Amino acid sequence: MTGVWVAVLVTAAGCYALKLTGLVVPRGVLDNPRVRRFAELVPIALLAALVAVQTFGAGQSLSLDPARLAGLGAAVAALLLRAPFLVVIVVAAGTAAALRALGVA
Amino acid sequence: MTDIEDRPAERTRARPVRDGMALGLAVGTSGIAFGAAAVGSGMSVAQACVLSLLAFTGASQFALAGAVATGGGLIGGAASAILLGSRNALYGLRLADLLPRRGARRLLAAHGVIDETTAVTLAQPDPAAARRGFLATFATIYVTWNLTTLLGALGAGRIGSPQSLGIDVIGPAAFLALIWPRLRAGRTERAVGLAGALIALAATPVLPPGMPVILAATAALAGAVLAPLPEAT
Repeated sequence: MTGVWVAVLVTAAGCYALKLTGLVVPRGVLDNPRVRRFAELVPIALLAALVAVQTFGAGQSLSLDPARLAGLGAAVAALLLRAPFLVVIVVAAGTAAALRALGVA
Repeated sequence: MTDIEDRPAERTRARPVRDGMALGLAVGTSGIAFGAAAVGSGMSVAQACVLSLLAFTGASQFALAGAVATGGGLIGGAASAILLGSRNALYGLRLADLLPRRGARRLLAAHGVIDETTAVTLAQPDPAAARRGFLATFATIYVTWNLTTLLGALGAGRIGSPQSLGIDVIGPAAFLALIWPRLRAGRTERAVGLAGALIALAATPVLPPGMPVILAATAALAGAVLAPLPEAT
């Protein structure tokens, strides 16, 4: 539990430092279009990686959890139907929970 | 967020405040998903709440909760959470001229530099409206996000196992929803997302937890260096 507290506080300090950095660094860093493009693409790469790892990962191995896959599939369907953020989350978790409750997956 | 950016600018005093509060309420309530996911992953209610109060940037918080859930890998988890927060530094570069320049007010404003405040602030027609929009969004989302984090954390502790409630799907579904509009933006975005996912999966068996996600940033580097730049906006 102590380790988790350290991780929480280090994450909080790091995240705040990054927010402040943007406000205090000299202007012109974003003048380079490739740097600006990298900044735009970083969240996409990292968040997509998190989706993949949290869907297929189990520690340091990969696994297929049918209920989790179905939940993510339901999230994709909700997104295609332009559902709001919270609805997407509820549909995804609800699908996985329902399949597990029914013993289907 | 896009519909706010697309909306024609209106030079009224109330507009930025109304936009900011609406977005803040809508997005802030997803703190309930974070609170539930954090406690479901093994964090305490207090840890979930402190993270929302002090880190206050959704993707990073979900990332750390995910690292706790997979057991260990806290260094990698914190590192990937902080790396995920790096886009806020880039938002800050764009917002610096609009926010307080120095002193305690700048230190406070920095804490509010996130996706949603940036979207509202940059959509305003003049600096005064931008400052009002920033403040309204920041205040609304900060209060809502932290209250709903507490509710979600308390609720998750009282109702069944995380697996039976599908809480393990909340993280990936939330990330997918967050990048969805960006994936629709262009072919390079989709290629970078796919490459990032594949790099992380390939690295999972050989690297400590958390590190595969950081390695996925190379997909963004490749996309920025190799792909043609989009039209200037």
